[in-house]
Amino acid sequence: MSARENILGRIRAANGKTGAASAAEREAVAARLRTHARGPLPSMDWDPLPRFKERCIVMMSTVDQVASRSDLPAAIARYLTSNRLPLGGVCWPEFADLDWGGAGLDIAARPATGRDMVGVTGSFCAIAENGTLMLLSGEDTHATTSLLPETHIAVVPASRVVRSMEDGWDLLRREREGLPRQVNFVSGPSRTADIEMTLVMGVHGPFRVHVVVVN
Amino acid sequence: MQITSRDFKRVASRKLADPKLQKALGNAKGKLVVTRARSILELDNYEEIREASARVRDFGLQNMDVLLEEWERRAVAAGTIVHWVESGREVNAKVIEIARRHNVRKIIKSKSMLGEETNLNHELEAAGLDVRETDLGEYIIQQSGETPSHIIAPAVHKSRDDVADLFAEKHQRRRLTDIAALTHEAREILRPHFLDADMGISGANFLVAETGSTMIVTNEGNGRMTTTMPRVHVAITGVEKIIPTLEDVSMILRLLTRSATGQSISNYLSFTTGPKRPDDKDGPGEFHVIIVDAGRTKVLASDMREALRCIRCGACMNHCPVYQNIGGHAYGWVYPGPIGSILTPSYVGLENAIDLPNAATLCNQCGVVCPVKIPLPDLMRKLREKQVERGLRPWGERVGLRLWAWAAARPRIYSLLTRIGARIGRLAGGRAGLLHKLPPGGSGWTTGRDFPAPKGKTFRELYARERAGKRSGPQ
Repeated sequence: MSARENILGRIRAANGKTGAASAAEREAVAARLRTHARGPLPSMDWDPLPRFKERCIVMMSTVDQVASRSDLPAAIARYLTSNRLPLGGVCWPEFADLDWGGAGLDIAARPATGRDMVGVTGSFCAIAENGTLMLLSGEDTHATTSLLPETHIAVVPASRVVRSMEDGWDLLRREREGLPRQVNFVSGPSRTADIEMTLVMGVHGPFRVHVVVVN
Repeated sequence: MQITSRDFKRVASRKLADPKLQKALGNAKGKLVVTRARSILELDNYEEIREASARVRDFGLQNMDVLLEEWERRAVAAGTIVHWVESGREVNAKVIEIARRHNVRKIIKSKSMLGEETNLNHELEAAGLDVRETDLGEYIIQQSGETPSHIIAPAVHKSRDDVADLFAEKHQRRRLTDIAALTHEAREILRPHFLDADMGISGANFLVAETGSTMIVTNEGNGRMTTTMPRVHVAITGVEKIIPTLEDVSMILRLLTRSATGQSISNYLSFTTGPKRPDDKDGPGEFHVIIVDAGRTKVLASDMREALRCIRCGACMNHCPVYQNIGGHAYGWVYPGPIGSILTPSYVGLENAIDLPNAATLCNQCGVVCPVKIPLPDLMRKLREKQVERGLRPWGERVGLRLWAWAAARPRIYSLLTRIGARIGRLAGGRAGLLHKLPPGGSGWTTGRDFPAPKGKTFRELYARERAGKRSGPQ
């Protein structure tokens, strides 16, 4: 008997079940998995976009809003300059067409290395409940861009702000087939309180997260 | 991890007298209790979510075998390599085997309590591997050669000065004292290791059956690094972490982070499904998940099974008046506080952790704050019963209880003995009516305070007099 069979056998015995799982038993579990039934949700009697912006700030992100996609380079340059941050970094390929040079920025469309100081990403969607970005790994959505640089700038189309994580999963099921290698829910900069319960931003991930909503 | 739970009383006394630890505990207690209470108020249907979460965990326990098989089928389809092992020792052997096969030299690790159970770091080092904890708290205790004193905040017992001394010595740098500066120093030291490690080891908060995913909850970003940067990722996890759907995880997370640190959500929730896909630019080439029993099925078969609902938030210890005063190390194994007082005896044997179920006032603070409604005081009471049934209590206590039982079953003798006792007590109490020192068996009570002396009459005498008075009194 393999460890697998031993363990599964002991689990069945512990639950007072004998023999292999019946077809009915399997179907009961499969049905539970198929329905995606939601548990009780807290009240969400707010508009998603203002709530999202408000909760981003609670999670220590900063927020900006622009009228259109072509306004992004100038808005990001303004943010970086006013915070005395480096003006160079990397972005996801979906932003390669923007006129970064025209705004005085040097942004390359490639995955981040340990040396890149600014990373510009999009997001699959954003979640209003807690000011969260939902990021999927993939060919053109490099995980390193939101992780290695000290400053993470995330672009969120206003139309992609949903209420809850549950809404995010439903959107993913509608638009994609299966899960990517990794789904990351990011809410604000990296932080710890491991020394004397004192909150410090910027442990291993970004020191700051700046969210730019595009109308 | 070495089990030192037998020394509970001795170590607890030492911890009570340690002013530095008392300061650290006082600091943590105030913050954790208040922030949890405040964040729970954000949920207008907290109790409803709590009840539903307990039911989801029970569904997971009741259908664990089929759910694990469903999880495995989907994980394998996504390219995950799944291993099943029965004991802690085999976990370590399996991790070392995978490391050898990939010529791994350097390992980065994000927090795993199961890894603490199996002494994983020690075994990896003994096998010649360079392993670095990357959660700041875990990194601090690894550097100082200690064990975690809390499941969420492993270095909560250490002061900033302790960390300053430690870092100055280990990093051979100028001693810094500012907490932010110390944190950023750890970032600088660990960053190169994230970039050139060969293998990442993580735990898992949940295994999602619906998708074959593992998921972890972190704040620092080390979890994302560990699961993304190295070429091999190994996740180790107990069988009880299985949960049906993404909706179930989303619901329970609303309680987990609030109960743990008072956060509405933690910074990073990472769901991993298989290794790097063909076109991905990042992610590990191989992803292994080691599914571990190590005592879980034994607990599932016992009357302690509700303890397997645990989602490792730490609220029970944060709210425990005993933990708040002695910290985590006295408990002598991986899990401190009320949940530790149940899991430790269940995993390592009641005889090896005899004092833990008794290290509680049964005030039920833990039961009230547990987000998945584990009846912690009831389970501790059951363990106390087992101690007596199995004759594990000290002989003095056993003989004493047997004598009491003998007398209590004989009313005349019991009445006589209590009358004698009450009168001796009154004499010993003197004018103040206080006993300064009780005989062995009760002497612990009077080391720090007096005991009110009996007033000279037993309850039965007073009752008899009262009844006689009523009968002869005015009608």
